[in-house]
Formats: sequence, C-alpha cells, structure tokens
Amino acid sequence: MNVLVTVLYIVAFGMFIYGLMGLTGPKTAVRGNQIAAVGMGIALVATLLVPGMSNWVLIVIGIVIGTLLGVPSARQVKMTAMPQMVALFNGVGGGAVALIAWVEFRDDPGYVSHPGYFVVASLFSVIVGSISFWGSLIAFGKLQEIIPGSSIGLGRLQVALNAVLLVAAVGLAVVIGVGGTSEWLIVGILLISAVLGVMVVLPIGGADMPVVISLLNAFTGLSAAATGLALSNTAMIVAGMIVGASGSILTDQMAKAMNRSIPSIVAGGFGGSGTAVGGGDTGDKTVKATSAADAAIQMAYADQVVVVPGYGMAVAQAQHAVKDMAKMLEAKGVTVKYAIHPVAGRMPGHMNVLLAEADVPYDQLKEMDDINDEFARTDVALVIGANDVTNPAARNDPSSPIHGMPILNVDQAHHVIVLKRSMNSGFAGIDNPLFYDDKTSMLFGDAKKSVTDVTEELKAL
Amino acid sequence: MESSLLANLAILVLAGFVGFAVISKVPNTLHTPLMSGTNAIHGIVLLGGIIVLGLGGDHLDVFSKILLVVAIAFGTINVVGGFLVTDRMLGMFKGGPASARKPAKAVESGGGAGAGGSASRNGAGS
Repeated sequence: MNVLVTVLYIVAFGMFIYGLMGLTGPKTAVRGNQIAAVGMGIALVATLLVPGMSNWVLIVIGIVIGTLLGVPSARQVKMTAMPQMVALFNGVGGGAVALIAWVEFRDDPGYVSHPGYFVVASLFSVIVGSISFWGSLIAFGKLQEIIPGSSIGLGRLQVALNAVLLVAAVGLAVVIGVGGTSEWLIVGILLISAVLGVMVVLPIGGADMPVVISLLNAFTGLSAAATGLALSNTAMIVAGMIVGASGSILTDQMAKAMNRSIPSIVAGGFGGSGTAVGGGDTGDKTVKATSAADAAIQMAYADQVVVVPGYGMAVAQAQHAVKDMAKMLEAKGVTVKYAIHPVAGRMPGHMNVLLAEADVPYDQLKEMDDINDEFARTDVALVIGANDVTNPAARNDPSSPIHGMPILNVDQAHHVIVLKRSMNSGFAGIDNPLFYDDKTSMLFGDAKKSVTDVTEELKAL
Repeated sequence: MESSLLANLAILVLAGFVGFAVISKVPNTLHTPLMSGTNAIHGIVLLGGIIVLGLGGDHLDVFSKILLVVAIAFGTINVVGGFLVTDRMLGMFKGGPASARKPAKAVESGGGAGAGGSASRNGAGS
C-alpha cells in the first residue's frame, strides 16, 4: 500500500472520529455528520488510488447501482419510517461484509494460502455479517409491519435453539480452520448464521427494535473491522472498530434510557400475548381494565382531553386514527390537546412528525413545559403507548432508576386512560405507579385498534 | 506480515478505546441520529469490496465478480443512504425544538386553520 493511500486513510479516519464527536452534541451534529461523510469520500478516493486495481467497469457498476438505490430511498423515506430505513442500511452493510469473505473463500478455497489471522477474521465476518444482514431485515420487516411487531418465538426453547445454531456455525468455521476446503462449508455457515439472525430478532417486540438495530449496528461495525484486519486496510479497521465500540456503548445507553437491559431485550418475549397483570411484585396492586365504550363515554363528557403519545403510537402507526378520534371529540365540544415529551418515541421530534403527518393542527401540540400545568385542569389524559415519560416515580420516588427525569404530569389529570398492549409488554425494568392509580383505567390492545374502537363508540353516542 | 498484523491489532485496540471515549454521554434525543451516523460509517466495507474486486483481476470467476458487485452496491447503499438519512434526521431539530416546528408549520399553513395563532402562543411558550 503506497504512502499517499495510507496518508489519505489517516485523514479519513481522523475525520470519522472528529465527525462522530460532533454527532454527540445537538449543535455540532449536522456538521459532524457532514465531516464524516467527507471522510468517507476521501477514503473511497484513496482506495481507488491503490496501485494495481482493475475491473474498473464492475466497480463503477456496483457504486452506481448502490447510489441509484440508496439516494432515492434515503431522500423519499417518510420520517416515520426512519428507524426501519436505518435497519435496512445497516443490514446491507453486514451483507457486504459476508459476501466479501465468501468471495475470498471462493478465490482461495479454505483460505489455505492465507495466514491464520486472516482465516479467523474472515470467518468472523461471515458469521457476524450474515447475522446482521438477516437480523436487520427482520427488524425492518417488523417496523414496516410486513412481519407482526409482536413477539414470535418458541419461548424458553428459543435460547437453546439459538445456542445450537451458533455452535453449528462456529463448528463449521472450525472445520474450515483445520483445513476444510469445500464451498459447502462456507455456504453452510452463511445459511446457519442467516437462520440465527432471523431467530434472534423474531422474538423481540417492536418497541425494543431501536435498541436491537443499534446492537446489530455495532455487530456490523465489528465485522467491518475484522474484514479490515483480513485485508490489512487501516481505514476499515479504524472505522469498523469505532462503530463497534461506540455502537456497543450507544446500545447500552439506549437500553438504559428505556429502562431495559440488553440481555432482557435479546431474550425477547415482549409485546406478545396480551395477558393481564403478570409478575410477582405487582401482587398487591391491581389495575383497572376498561372498554372502548367506557373510554369513549368518559372522553365525550369531558371538557378537556390531553393526548399523550409515545412510542406505542409510533409502532402501531396510530396517528391517523388518533386524529380521527380527536375530530369526533371536538365535534362534541371537547378541547383536545397533545402533550409531547421531548424523548417520547426515541427520536427527536418523532411525535411531532407523526402527528403533523396526520394533519393534526400544530397549535394543539404542546411541549412538556407548556402543558404540565394544565393536567390539573384536564378531565381525561389519554396515554397512547407512552410509559416512562408519564411515570410519577421519576418525580416522587428517589429509589427509582429514572428519578429526576422530567415527566409529563399525567397523574394530575382527573382521569387517566392508558392504551397499552399488555401489562407485561412494557419496559420491564421499571414499574409505573400511574397504572395502579385509582383514577387510571387501562385499555389493553394494539393502540391503533383501540383508538379506532373508541372512535366507533364515539360515533354511536 | 507479522509486524503489520501486530500494528493492525494495535490500531484495532486503540480505535476501540476511541469509540468508547467519544460516546461517553449522549443526550437521549441524539441516540437515533448517532446510531444512524455510525451506521453510515461502517459502510466503509465498500472499500473492502472494491479492493477485493480491483486487486482480484481476472483471477475471480464470474460468480465471485457478481457477488462483489453486489457487495459494492450494498456498501454504497449503506454509506450514501446512511449519511443522507442522518442529515435529514438532524435537519428536523436543527437549533432546537423551536425551529423544528417551522418546516412542519410551513407544510401545515395551507390547511392548518390555527397556524397563525400557534406562532404567537409557541413564541410566548419558548
């Protein structure tokens, strides 16, 4: 590798690091992203300058196809579909890693003419890249509602099956490592890892998907670093490893922000059956379930209803149904407002964008500080798939892990109706006393269906 | 070869620590854009596809070449799409929530009945 290429690589990964630092602050984020993008451009140019390159036509074809597919999909994707788009982009990155390692194997069966570290790094890339590709596709499918967002899996058996699959994939890799040269070995690894990727993500509920995508993102970063190690390409090593490391931390922070642990997310089993109160520590507390009809009556005779949307509304894509319901209520003389918590939805402005998409008038959307004093004057607070941002423990209970987090004072409303998939589908790490409050009633089910049902009941009134 | 491996391993370890250090504390609102930004960066695998295809010459059979073209296309999608999506995402809250309202309001102003009223109310609120 000549000096110019190496120097350009150093410039490039310097820009990645600097850009990434920018991305961690709200004011510098836009520029940070641009700096990282320029760094990527430099790394690309440097690679094209590597001496002895050929197959130019094919390289250009690949880049052109990628650009033609990537640019429009990034430009046109709706803001509501951002998380799944990121999942898709992450997946293809993992796929690229796996394909590269596969070609290396085809070119040199069994990697026999390569040193040991090359074999290890390549096989790692194949397994992790394939898991990341298929896992990301499932995550995309779930968020896009091609696959049901609820938990699909075998329960306890799932973990055992996944372990068997992982052992099988690693086993085949070991066979290659000790001299196996059949292409079926690598194809077998690709397939088993694919099944593993599907199996790992399938049982995870829709609300946890952003954390899963972040985890797969870190995986893809590590596999890119491994490929860089195999190819002795410093830009790939640095970029991949930084993503692997920062992605792991970020995953942990996201999980913590949702009061979930990564192992419990990966263990899956959420958002499924819709069974009522579960778990031992809720023994002496009871929740009050309500019906769509009762909720409709309660709201129809209210003066003011405040809607508190959360991630559940985004997952259920319920914003249009919510808008229709609000219209019905307004026709009955009820004032409807929306309380927007800054971190509701796990994406800056997520709720604003969703509701704007549904043509909710902007003057009805209230920021947390503007609406919090109004809850005491509110007859009904309708919580749609929001949990932690309404948890009074953040205000009252110093022992709570989210103590001190600013919340919407939903508990001060006269009545609270909580739309939720089920009691045990929530963010398991933490209990929400709001749900056990005497003035709270729970309407279980998919947010969109519940809201639609309420609207139907309102029409019948 | 051995010394370059050790140098690369050193780079790997150091890069890991840089990654840990950079993301020490990030506000919740930036989690998604940051994830998307790091996602774009690992599109660097594009380089791997180009190197293997470019240095492979005619040594590679047709199927391998097809796989690599797909890999390069995948990597390009990852890079280009990743940075563009991150940019759009960040554009939503450039300069804080106050200006994030503006674009949506502009879209709304055609049909939104109370758009004018909201400006003064929001202004007072923030």
